[in-house]
Amino acid sequence: MTATDTHRAIDAVWRIESARLIAGLARIVRDVGVAEELAQDALVAALEQWPLSGVPENPGAWLMATAKHRAIDLVRRRKMQERKHEDVGRVLEAERAEAAPDIDASLDDDIGDDLLRLVFMACHPVLSTEARVALTLRLLGGLTTDEIARAFLVPEPTIAQRIVRAKRTLTEKQVPFDVPRGDELVERLTSVLEVIYLIFNEGYTATAGDDWMRPGLCEDALRLGRIVAELMPHESEVHGLVSLMEIQASRSKARVNKDGEPILLLDQNRALWDQLLIRRGLAALDRAAKLGSQRGRYAAQAAIAACHARAVEAAETDWKRIAEFYAELAALTPSPVIELNRAVAVGMAFGPQAGLDLADVLESEPSLKDYHLLPSVRGDFLVKLGRAEEARTEFQRAAALTRNARERQLLLARAQACGGATP
Amino acid sequence: MRVMVIVKANKQSEAGEMPSQKLLADMGKFNDELIKAGVMLAGEGLAASSKGKRVRFSKDGKQTVIDGPFAETKELIAGFWIWKVKSMQEAIDWLKRCPNPHDQEACEIEIRQVFEAEDFGPELREQEMRQREKLAAKS
Repeated sequence: MTATDTHRAIDAVWRIESARLIAGLARIVRDVGVAEELAQDALVAALEQWPLSGVPENPGAWLMATAKHRAIDLVRRRKMQERKHEDVGRVLEAERAEAAPDIDASLDDDIGDDLLRLVFMACHPVLSTEARVALTLRLLGGLTTDEIARAFLVPEPTIAQRIVRAKRTLTEKQVPFDVPRGDELVERLTSVLEVIYLIFNEGYTATAGDDWMRPGLCEDALRLGRIVAELMPHESEVHGLVSLMEIQASRSKARVNKDGEPILLLDQNRALWDQLLIRRGLAALDRAAKLGSQRGRYAAQAAIAACHARAVEAAETDWKRIAEFYAELAALTPSPVIELNRAVAVGMAFGPQAGLDLADVLESEPSLKDYHLLPSVRGDFLVKLGRAEEARTEFQRAAALTRNARERQLLLARAQACGGATP
Repeated sequence: MRVMVIVKANKQSEAGEMPSQKLLADMGKFNDELIKAGVMLAGEGLAASSKGKRVRFSKDGKQTVIDGPFAETKELIAGFWIWKVKSMQEAIDWLKRCPNPHDQEACEIEIRQVFEAEDFGPELREQEMRQREKLAAKS
């Protein structure tokens, strides 16, 4: 193997192994910052030795063994320096880890738990959301600081600082390396899912011409979601989130036209929807349902996405079901925007008057005062009810509220199409 | 990127014989690993070619249906995976962890890149150019 081949092989191994490596080390040293450093040291050793000795049979085990020795030395040294803070338990843990005759076996038994602990640590609510995102992508996604910076359109030193500070905060606040239980688990899991979905959405909103790291975030989020789903197979909301992401990702080829402008879901060419991802999304939704617990917010959103995914053509959409799911979602996370979406679905299912009745209620909603989609949706209902004059007013109102030039054009065109006297 | 990982057939798979218990267990474990890593998108085994058919398209547009089995065993496909990976190297690395699907016999597994939309467009070329510029600026 040439040196380049080896380097490429090491990159790939790193991608596969780094999270588990850091997780296993974090359990020994109880500090993710130190764990990452040790993992990096092992990587450096690999870069030095593997070009000469060849890539080992089991590269993960090699890295873990190399890093573990140094981890144990570190813990011992710490113990000697801080005699008064004797943590016998920790040293015993480290010694047990070293004594483990079959590294592979002990790796498999504990590594799932350790990985989960790492997930919860990186997503700890004591950190700011951006810190959680950066740390998760770094420790679990295996992305470099540069890759994260490019993905979020932020200078690299900013990300580097964010990560350094995040690790410091976790140490200072003495955040335990543990999987939370009971009530705490629910809250902490919410944070994890939030981080993953945030990463996904950042990638989802990437526009054409962006650095390819950006849409790549959808893949990173999907992979993380799938991994967490296997680590916590009994948590239905994890499957709900995975389902939502799979189905949303299934539309990525159909979502933008060749000029990079977004195409509305109902106007998309469904032949471009990725059926493999849809199938996976529906399977994940099924898994969530089979767990029996009540649908959470992600599963409810996924259920809506699934309704669209199942319709071969827009005309076949089961709007009644979608309206029901929106009602469910509104009960879980009440929001005027969700109500507006429900109004649209109700309008499609039961006719424009039913939809308009719901939209009218939202007219008095203060948070929607400057939201262009409200008059846009009302305008649409009014057109369908033959009330062209009023519809025109609404489309003009919407056009004035939107900040998107192309959207404004479309709304003004709709206003024009309503005919009537020009003021 | 996505890759299709193609397992070729052998006498056993063509005879419709089940693989050994050990291979089934090992393969199950390997599939588990792929799923746990979020790499596995799909994976299926194919029935022996005796259950398959071919449709031959002649130059003048005529179509003929041909019944299996087909002759060139080691060129036939017995199964496939679709994996989501960041690079071909990552796919190779994963494959290195795969148990030999033909037990003790020698065999080859092929990895093929799945075309993405960008492969067809000018965007990829533009992106490549930008990346080359970046690299040139660094050196």
